[in-house]
Amino acid sequence: MLSNFIDQFWPSTIDGLSLGAIYALVALGYTMVYGVLRLINFAHSEIFMIGTFAVVGALEVLGISSPLGTLPLIGLMLLLAVVAGAASGGAAVLLELVAYRPLRKKGASRLAALISAIGASLFLQQFFALVVIPVLFDRPKEGGRLPVQSNDFADPVAIRSLFGLDISDMGLRSDKIIIFVGAILMMVALDQFVSRTRLGRGIRSTSQDPETAVLMGVNIDRVVTVTFALGGAMAGVAAALYMMRFEETQYMVGFLLGIKAFTAAVLGGIGNLRGALVGGLTLGLLEMYGSSIFGAEWRDVVAFTILVLVLMFRPTGILGESLQRARA
Amino acid sequence: MERLTTLRRNIMRATGAIALSAVLAVSAAACGGDSDGGSGDGDSVTIGFMGDLTGENSGIVIPPNRGAKLAFEEYNATNPKVKINIKDYDSQGKGEQAVPLAKSAITKDKIVGLIGPAFSGETQQVGPVLEEGKIPAVSPSATNAALTKNGWKFFHRIVGNDDIQGAGVGTFITSGLSAKKVFVIHDNSEYGKPLGTTVETTVKGKGATTQVGAIDPEASDYSATVNQAKSFGPDAIFFGGYYAAGGKLIKQLREAGVKARFLSGDGSLDKGLAAGAGGSNAEGSVVGCPCLIDPTGKASAASKKFADAYKKKYNSDAAIYAAEGYDAATAFIEAVKAGNTKAEDINKFLSTVAVPGVSKEIKFTPEGDPASSAIYVYEVKGQTLPLLGDANTAKLG
Repeated sequence: MLSNFIDQFWPSTIDGLSLGAIYALVALGYTMVYGVLRLINFAHSEIFMIGTFAVVGALEVLGISSPLGTLPLIGLMLLLAVVAGAASGGAAVLLELVAYRPLRKKGASRLAALISAIGASLFLQQFFALVVIPVLFDRPKEGGRLPVQSNDFADPVAIRSLFGLDISDMGLRSDKIIIFVGAILMMVALDQFVSRTRLGRGIRSTSQDPETAVLMGVNIDRVVTVTFALGGAMAGVAAALYMMRFEETQYMVGFLLGIKAFTAAVLGGIGNLRGALVGGLTLGLLEMYGSSIFGAEWRDVVAFTILVLVLMFRPTGILGESLQRARA
Repeated sequence: MERLTTLRRNIMRATGAIALSAVLAVSAAACGGDSDGGSGDGDSVTIGFMGDLTGENSGIVIPPNRGAKLAFEEYNATNPKVKINIKDYDSQGKGEQAVPLAKSAITKDKIVGLIGPAFSGETQQVGPVLEEGKIPAVSPSATNAALTKNGWKFFHRIVGNDDIQGAGVGTFITSGLSAKKVFVIHDNSEYGKPLGTTVETTVKGKGATTQVGAIDPEASDYSATVNQAKSFGPDAIFFGGYYAAGGKLIKQLREAGVKARFLSGDGSLDKGLAAGAGGSNAEGSVVGCPCLIDPTGKASAASKKFADAYKKKYNSDAAIYAAEGYDAATAFIEAVKAGNTKAEDINKFLSTVAVPGVSKEIKFTPEGDPASSAIYVYEVKGQTLPLLGDANTAKLG
């Protein structure tokens, strides 16, 4: 058990960080929407799913069918991130317009919005399985629930030595580095956007006190739209990174990942952008370390046990208090 | 093809006794002549065929159904004293449909024997009905090992169970591949876990060192298990589970630089395995199955003859469990030939039958398992899975 942990420490760490980076990017969507609307957007996992299919489609359109070298791959990833980010961000804005805004305008309870979120999530899953995948991705009708493989576009390069040190046992690979670095860059950009721009200030003020924000002239609808667009775009970027690693998706792909990302958001402190990063990376590492010690079947048990423990002692998550509030 | 893939997956789930309600009763009035309730004495008897003939898993049931029909057709063409009619009962693989179908087959259609049920789940539910009605059954495809441990006297199957499969594949790993270090991965399912465990015990018994890992088939990231495999450094990896997860697993193993030979069981016998693995990652992987799929007649002369006749009649290659369906029908034909036209007499005959069949000798243990059940191994070549041979003797080319 412990010897496995030691043997697999470096590979586990690297996998945990790259997996955690994807959790963190998706967690941003949960945490931002929660910060502004106090709503858990359960359909966010489907926003991620839409991003993965945007990548499959984009590769098809671009006609890329063989793996690219590392530099062209980075270029392609930038493009895919834009495409998937736009698709997911757009879908998130649309989702808000259809599923949440009417309820908000009518002053419906938060529970009603939650049910609407669950409904939207189920609707999007089935809509993809029954309509979008068969029609757009040229699958027979019965095949809508089967995995969809994207064109092979990334061939991970193992990095065997660093500064003359032999690190071939660490399992360091180009794709994992791109995922980690890409995710961190996106999060820094988002953090800067929220803390430095006018719109970001609107988001922060709305999350602190919506009524006062309105009195001060903040356009709530616009803030909400931007929040969904940004959260969705982050999920889209996560989808592009995810597809580079796995090259396969399906209508349910967001389900488990969405739960994990939501967990990461809670772990780090929901409503807190940096908390999402901390929570995502922590969860990714915990899962990997937990499974190297107890076996992969205990992965979720370990991760969630620790989540419960953290919340027992820090009910607001690791970083606690929402960042917006702290920065007021 | 996608459809077939779904079917196959669903079927495998069912044979793994996983599908909550994968039971089926096939009841398509087959070839000419529903005997008007008059099987028994007279000059014809009716044998039923039960399975998922139109549902989502029918891709795995239609071949044995065709195989059985082919056998009866050949028999009836010899102008025997007692002809055999086949009547289909389409259970759609669902136990709750199979049970009433079985009841009406027994009371209304007076069947004297049943080929099926096709899946383990429905068989578990239909078994007691058959016992009560004293109707002998021969399933071509229900592989769950527990089925023949119910103490049933009328249920038989012509396919090796999952325990035998695990032992067969285990033998191939140690003899055919001479692997010394074997990493066994399962998907924690009712099908995959016992199969993986049997493989592990078998290879351990033959002196290999083993380690066991598990994956969650619903997840997409298997890196923890991959890291475990990598640090163990096996010569062979056996995966107990279905092809969808198997494909992803191969891909992640290969990307991490694990080059060990990949093996799996009948749940992975699908071209979806190679597709999911991407590129040529799955090339050379070996998949075991208690079924004989031998469209080119490589295994034996009988198999060649059957494959040709099947192809001629249906204009498609003999597919999964087709030979087993033919053999199940042959068991009943032999019984009727020997002058048995009553269900209980046929059941008595089945306990002593011993004739050569296409997939194996048609002979049953007292529990109803096949007396000899070869496990066959198939090698992934591109998008196809050609037969390599009997798991006990096959070598890689």
